[in-house]
Amino acid sequence: MNTDPSQIQLTADGRLKHFLTTEGLSKDLLTEILDTADSFISTQERSVKKVPLLRGKTVANLFFENSTRTRSTFELAAKRLSADILNLDIQRSATSKGETLMDTLWNLEAMYSDMFVVRHADSGAAHFIAEHVTPNVAIINAGDGRHAHPTQAMLDMLTIRRHKGSIEGKVVAIVGDILHSRVARSQIHALNTLGAAEVRVVGPATLLPRDIEALGCKAYYDFNLALRDCDVVIMLRLQKERMQNALLPSESEFFKLYGLTTEKLALANPDAIVMHPGPINRGVEIESAVADGPQSVILNQVSYGIAVRMAVMAMAMSGQQSEQQAEQQAKGETEA
Amino acid sequence: MKYLHIRDARVIAPAQQLDQVCDIYLSEGRIRAIGQKPAGGTIESTLDANGLWLVPGFIDLSAHLNEPGFTQRGTIFSETKAAANAGFTHVCAQPLTKPVADSPAVVQLMLEKSASAGQAQVLPLGALTQGLAGEQIANMVGLTSAGCVALSNARKPVKDAYVLRRLMEYAATYDIRLFLDANDAALSAGGVMHEGPTATRMGLAGIPETAETIALAQIILLAEQTGARVHISQISCARSAAMLRDARQRGLNISADVAMANLCYTDAKVQGFDGRFHVQPPLRSESDRQALLAAVNAGELAICSNHQRHESAAKKAPFAEAAVGIAMYDDFIGLLLQLVDAGELTLTSALNALSKLPADALQMAVGFEEGKVFNAALIDPTSTNEHGVNGKVVATFVDGFRTLKA
Repeated sequence: MNTDPSQIQLTADGRLKHFLTTEGLSKDLLTEILDTADSFISTQERSVKKVPLLRGKTVANLFFENSTRTRSTFELAAKRLSADILNLDIQRSATSKGETLMDTLWNLEAMYSDMFVVRHADSGAAHFIAEHVTPNVAIINAGDGRHAHPTQAMLDMLTIRRHKGSIEGKVVAIVGDILHSRVARSQIHALNTLGAAEVRVVGPATLLPRDIEALGCKAYYDFNLALRDCDVVIMLRLQKERMQNALLPSESEFFKLYGLTTEKLALANPDAIVMHPGPINRGVEIESAVADGPQSVILNQVSYGIAVRMAVMAMAMSGQQSEQQAEQQAKGETEA
Repeated sequence: MKYLHIRDARVIAPAQQLDQVCDIYLSEGRIRAIGQKPAGGTIESTLDANGLWLVPGFIDLSAHLNEPGFTQRGTIFSETKAAANAGFTHVCAQPLTKPVADSPAVVQLMLEKSASAGQAQVLPLGALTQGLAGEQIANMVGLTSAGCVALSNARKPVKDAYVLRRLMEYAATYDIRLFLDANDAALSAGGVMHEGPTATRMGLAGIPETAETIALAQIILLAEQTGARVHISQISCARSAAMLRDARQRGLNISADVAMANLCYTDAKVQGFDGRFHVQPPLRSESDRQALLAAVNAGELAICSNHQRHESAAKKAPFAEAAVGIAMYDDFIGLLLQLVDAGELTLTSALNALSKLPADALQMAVGFEEGKVFNAALIDPTSTNEHGVNGKVVATFVDGFRTLKA
């Protein structure tokens, strides 16, 4: 099998049935995700927050890589859609005993889940699972290697839309460790599809992957230059191990060149917003005064995360159901 | 004398500049006549080869036969049979077995299994370093005396330039042939595919061209210094082909090969995260592929299969976790003819790269001459195989013995 990663996530009539990557999805579909998420934000402000869209469904959280934060937001999103939730910390159980990913999947299928939320250290893992599990299980990618983190990217899009009105025509800078970032890759695809005027990636050559501009962005080494005319500044988290791998000399030199300070932010448009997928390293990629300042929307991002995850879970489940119905109908017709 | 008569074949032998429809008469495994039946003797049987191509048997400079040690994937019998079905009469077997082929006992076992299989003949490659660990010199003389045609480290890293220099010096002392792969372990560490736009898009760690070219420069310089007899296994970059050309122009006698997969595919194949295409060296860019094809057409590069069969479960994993290597024999002839049909390789240079050039690297005789042992494949270029691909080997002769019957 050699399926196009962007097409495997759609039903025959173009509806979402898995959510693996923002790449290749239409503007209409991405907008539908944002609109649906918007509608859930209003339900989240009510005292009774549950909606019954996934009642009777079982969602399995398959985290092959630790992430308490992402897992919690998915768990909350599933609960607010009235689903039953199964949390599996696979990192410590199956795969450490030499079980292959396929073995693990076959075991999980036997539990009759309707949706897998997958976090895995290998790029393409969610795509692999979508290709190989039984049909009718929706796969939501919660981060695969360096490849994609589409729900994070969509909550960022929602943040931009709610704070800047629209993504169209905006200049967006993504700053820091682009090389290892699945978030950056998913953001670049989503921003381009939703009509951003320019996407800039900013960092030293060691942290910008080769041929990154082929994804539809402009590479900048000079942060000051990249901030000019910016409407949105997205700071990425810097992992400590980058220093050991000879990618960077020190945190302090990185902060001097690419850390976001009040002075630097003044180079962007005056109404620019500052984002960060979290967790933030204060004083490494961002100064506290900026992270907690009036232009920061970092905490809003977290609250939108639940709504966006509710939206893609509801949409993918509905896509799966419509596909099952279509299959049954087709089967009924051939039998008749 | 009793003859096997092959009638009306299109006989193509680049080494003899032969390409004509004619008859061949064989007896006792040797070619007795090309064209007219020799005077005296009788024809015992006739093989009608009308519309078929009779070509020199292919010599594979690299394959993994999985025995001993990994017989759940394949055995010397199954893999040499698959090789014969693809037109190969001789197969250089990489030493990455279990135990590693670093002792005469393992080599002996491979040769015995090969002889009893009666398929394509195994030419063992001995381990270049003990345990393929890249540190201590293997018993080179013992291995070649046991029947190894050359020594290889099977794409396992040699510790450093010091060890490589000593390996080459020692081999040069006894005029032992070395099959070296150009791969800088530090530059390729962690990489699973060609470093370029596709790797960046897929979020897969890349292997830069410099991992190959820097290691190749090191080998070329040490070969010039030590005088070791070196063949470079599986180059993948345009730049490497150019570097080898330069080295030869300076007078260095150095041969090289390219894996079939790198002539057929590019890194674009990885786009669906398809684990089948997790190979080493990695599939590179279209411009690399074009340069490699050009080098084959120029007669500078041999073609090897670099065949490696895995259990299907080992390939069924996220890309980086999928086992490295691809089974090539089953579709080999179809892929080759596709390259020829598409005008990417000329038939003559394709055959040359599979027979004459590998034979030269191993100092073997090849081609069709009266009195010579008959190693050949009879190809039907029009019939389709089970995958609907054109091209099928209908008979293979190894040392005059027919392994495959139509």
